[in-house]
Amino acid sequence: MKKNWPILVVDDEDVMCESMAAWLREDGYRVDTAPNGQKAVELAKVTDYAICFVDLKMPGGMDGIETMMEIHRVRAEASVIIITAYATVDTAIQAMKEGAQEYIVKPCNPQEISMLVSRILKLKKLQSENAILRKKLTRQYRHHDVITKNPRMEEILALTQEIASLRSTVLIRGESGTGKELIARAVHFSGSRAEKPFVVVSCAALTETLLESELFGYEKGAFTGANAQSKGKFELANAGTIFLDEIGDISPKLQADLLRVLQERRFYRVGGTEEVQVDVRIIAATNKNLAQEVQQEKFREDLYYRLNVIEIRLPALRERLEDIPLLAEHFVQRISSELGKEVHGISPAALKILMAHDWPGNVRELENVIERAIVTCRNGTLDEQDFSWLQHAPTQQNWEIPDVPLDELERRAIVAALERKHGNVKEASAALGIDRSTLYDKLKRYEITH
Amino acid sequence: MSALYLVAVGNVPDKVWQWITNAAGEWFPLPIKRLDGLPIPAGAFDPKRKQYESVEIMKMLAENAPPDATRILGITDADLCIPMLSFLFGQAQLDGKVAVVSLCRLQQEFYGLPGHDDILRERLTKEVLHEIGHTFGLVHCSEQTCAMSLSTHIGMVDGKSERYCNRCGLQLAQRFASLDGGV
Repeated sequence: MKKNWPILVVDDEDVMCESMAAWLREDGYRVDTAPNGQKAVELAKVTDYAICFVDLKMPGGMDGIETMMEIHRVRAEASVIIITAYATVDTAIQAMKEGAQEYIVKPCNPQEISMLVSRILKLKKLQSENAILRKKLTRQYRHHDVITKNPRMEEILALTQEIASLRSTVLIRGESGTGKELIARAVHFSGSRAEKPFVVVSCAALTETLLESELFGYEKGAFTGANAQSKGKFELANAGTIFLDEIGDISPKLQADLLRVLQERRFYRVGGTEEVQVDVRIIAATNKNLAQEVQQEKFREDLYYRLNVIEIRLPALRERLEDIPLLAEHFVQRISSELGKEVHGISPAALKILMAHDWPGNVRELENVIERAIVTCRNGTLDEQDFSWLQHAPTQQNWEIPDVPLDELERRAIVAALERKHGNVKEASAALGIDRSTLYDKLKRYEITH
Repeated sequence: MSALYLVAVGNVPDKVWQWITNAAGEWFPLPIKRLDGLPIPAGAFDPKRKQYESVEIMKMLAENAPPDATRILGITDADLCIPMLSFLFGQAQLDGKVAVVSLCRLQQEFYGLPGHDDILRERLTKEVLHEIGHTFGLVHCSEQTCAMSLSTHIGMVDGKSERYCNRCGLQLAQRFASLDGGV
């Protein structure tokens, strides 16, 4: 039955309503009838009719046009077909102007009605599919899909919602595999630019000249092989968002060009003489400490401040251990379904191994590890045997101690702990296994500011 | 046991009853009985359109259905219509008791061609299966050769076969099985 597409027939003549309803029911539709406009609107309030056949002339109360307007007030998406026995151009024009989808004169050929109904419903089906796909796409990058119960991550997700509709530049910092692009997408798809393009550029993957033409496009003849004008990523992202990944790796020249785009939202295509203006939100990401790069004069200070309007620092997976069981379970469900393998969960012993691992490659590494385990798994549950290789893999805990004075090692450990705990001395001292006053003494001693 | 009743409404040639009995007997495990013919109700005639309201004929059939009628099918020579549509080959109550089929537009003569019994028999069989199918809950089928596919012109009737597709046939069989004889 085509019950998903209910139809309403509105006519003061009972025989008209019932015979039309009976004919449409034979086609499998759920059909309701109403003897007047008032009843039709009441019904429309509780049922989302796909099509409403409304008679133009109904004595007493609302006429067909008024009924249509009232129905549209409660169901803006309903397609109203105005029916009349007296065809006049004026009423037809008025009906269409007020929002009627069609205007038909009764009696009409069954084929005409049948084709009309299927044409409208085909369009509605496409609209509905389109809406579902858009919703899916948007939902994919909304915070619902960032799996976490870590307070710091929850704060970040709340922040992405707050900043989503602003145009301010965002700088996302975090180690590789922490989900910088996922957060960038969450910002884009939660805001007013969600319907517009989200364009990703991996700055580290391209040489300076390639990246320049990739970002800004080029004119015909700008270089050998430039046979036609080509739009760059900035133009393609117009009205949307450009995500510049690994921004810390771009050359000084491109840093200067990018600064100009950030300041003026204008640029020249490579080999071009005409300025191109764009409205693009920039989200940049890096796994480098850009402040340090600025100090070392590897990154322009003015560009750093332009990019760092809103900074998001993503914690490493080892800083959100409580998320490992959640993420692991999520990956098991998703990957086993994708691979068509009957794996339903992870044993407690296996989880213990995952919790003990240092995860230098972060969430991406966890995902890969789960995929490898699912591929080789022979039971319905991942157990410790499936992860035994992980225990022997090198981790950050196997780091080599550099040949430096002990004081310097201690200083580095303190700086690293403070950075991991976002400057929170209480948490950093706990992580270092010393009390807070001792940490303060050491901060003073090593002249560390936080 | 309840039965499928056939009844002439207006002037219906005798030759059609055997055709209908054969077709219905093949698909519906029911006794088939005839009722005396009924006149076309005067109120059914629309003088402006020179056609007959099928709703009025169906009302009359419902009123004249014997107590043991599980279904009643009227066959009429009247050209049927409803207010919204310019004509109908037939009409039925979906999952109800009453159905009607018109011979008028199934005959070659309506299209200015010489009469042809085989063509009329085929078309009538298809429409009888179609309308009775509706009374057993079948809706229009997307399989164009199935008797339950929608026909909005005579070419579409000719394009169908004199049988249900597997899906509709199975649905019908399940309906009879679940009713356990008490249709």
